[in-house]
Amino acid sequence: MCGIVGLFLKDQSLAPQLGHMLTEMLITMTDRGPDSAGIAIYGDEVEGHVKLTLQSSGPETDFTALDAELGATLGTHVTQRVIDTHAVLHIPSDQFDAAQKALAEMRPGVRVMSRGDTLEIYKEVGLPRDVAARFDLSRMSGTHGIGHTRMATESAVTTMGAHPFNTGSDQCLVHNGSLSNHNALRRKLRREGVTIQTENDTEVGAAYLTWKMMQGATLGEALQSGLDDLDGFFTFVVGTKDGFGVLRDPIACKPAVMAETDQYVAFGSEYRALVNLPGIDIARVWEPEPATVYFWSHADGQTIHDKAA
Amino acid sequence: MQTYDLEADGLRGLNAALHAQTNQTRWEIINPKGSHAIAVGLDAPIDVTVKGSTGYYCAGMNQQATVRVEGSVGPGVAENMMSGEVIVEGDASQYAGATGHGGLLVIKGNASSRCGISMKGIDIVVHGNIGHMSAFMAQAGTLVVCGDAGDALGDSLYEARLFVRGSVKSLGADCVEKEMRPEHLALLETLLERAGADAKAEEFTRYGSARKLYNFDVDTSAAY
Repeated sequence: MCGIVGLFLKDQSLAPQLGHMLTEMLITMTDRGPDSAGIAIYGDEVEGHVKLTLQSSGPETDFTALDAELGATLGTHVTQRVIDTHAVLHIPSDQFDAAQKALAEMRPGVRVMSRGDTLEIYKEVGLPRDVAARFDLSRMSGTHGIGHTRMATESAVTTMGAHPFNTGSDQCLVHNGSLSNHNALRRKLRREGVTIQTENDTEVGAAYLTWKMMQGATLGEALQSGLDDLDGFFTFVVGTKDGFGVLRDPIACKPAVMAETDQYVAFGSEYRALVNLPGIDIARVWEPEPATVYFWSHADGQTIHDKAA
Repeated sequence: MQTYDLEADGLRGLNAALHAQTNQTRWEIINPKGSHAIAVGLDAPIDVTVKGSTGYYCAGMNQQATVRVEGSVGPGVAENMMSGEVIVEGDASQYAGATGHGGLLVIKGNASSRCGISMKGIDIVVHGNIGHMSAFMAQAGTLVVCGDAGDALGDSLYEARLFVRGSVKSLGADCVEKEMRPEHLALLETLLERAGADAKAEEFTRYGSARKLYNFDVDTSAAY
């Protein structure tokens, strides 16, 4: 069991409250996943810069003066914001690859949570309420976000086993369920040169989608082929820079409820997670169909819902 | 009429109060907010109305009581119901009426997957559509669907009767279309009327077990 929440804003006047609404939803799902919690939030973009969200078990040592040190090595200006065990670095886009290499040598113990223009991922072990408080999630603003509460079944309770998983630039995945062919698929993806760091099943799902997209598939196509290649139970919620998608396996025993109004599209593992959203009483509430890709996007200033992307 | 505020006064208090009833009393539950296990295990001819949507297992194991939900319900509504009535004004999530032994479950919207799975005598009337694997291993009782049915309807069916007005995406193993006889039309008319469904019995198709899986038969071994 795990809990998933997601909120995609159509009405950007709600953006300052996104963190608050998602945090409430996340805490409601504590019963479904008290082990760990995480959130992916799509916030501000700094022109010409990439955001790198890092995590360290020793943030005092690892993050002190990291921006100055990295800037000096790259011969550029790097800014950073430290939030508890995480730090968000803004790196000039053309220096990004060099920065990743330099970081791996400079701070080998630091883990990359996410990279992208707007995406930041925060996740830790602990009760959702405590994790949310550590990162002050309720004060974050953004266009859309996805949260996850974990009850581990397939691998250890660790920060790296927590969701969301970053699947590519500005892309993330959360999962409720368990994949049963993840060992074979992990071996296959590693042979293809894909880096997979843990024994976690969802990380393999995330790596699979990344690999498909590296080969030229769109996110919708990657999800569609996941229906054939991923064996097991899953309700996936994915985030991209512009959008938000949902896919359930054909058996669809992992719960999912969605709600849509003029202001937002929301996802919850249970209806309980949605009850305090504005206008929920007049929202269209429904259960997403099995084996069907749903996707909403801000692209072209319009909200698109593509049921079979 | 007694009103119970679930958000203010809590779930245990609600179910304890309802279990303490022996006479015909009327209850209204406000602020359900998707909570689980609302009005479960009732065993008295009481009348309960839930003003909003519920989570898992609403009205589970019901006996004698009438439970009406003015909203939608989560997974497992009226699971293992013995008698009484449960009426859902909105939609129902997966395995509505699972393993039910008796009583009537009415869903005025749609029901999702596994509706009536392993039903053992309950009557279920869905005004809308139902999802895949509905009436899987259904043993007894009647499932009436005024809309369409999803994949694998009635897989490994025993003696339950299935009536569908719309399309059936696919039939499960050993489930077949059957002849509609006068006694089936009469049964259907009664259930449609009790469920307040605006449909004519003649518009339905009956499905039931081919009874080929009851005993091992090498010619049908692929279906086991």
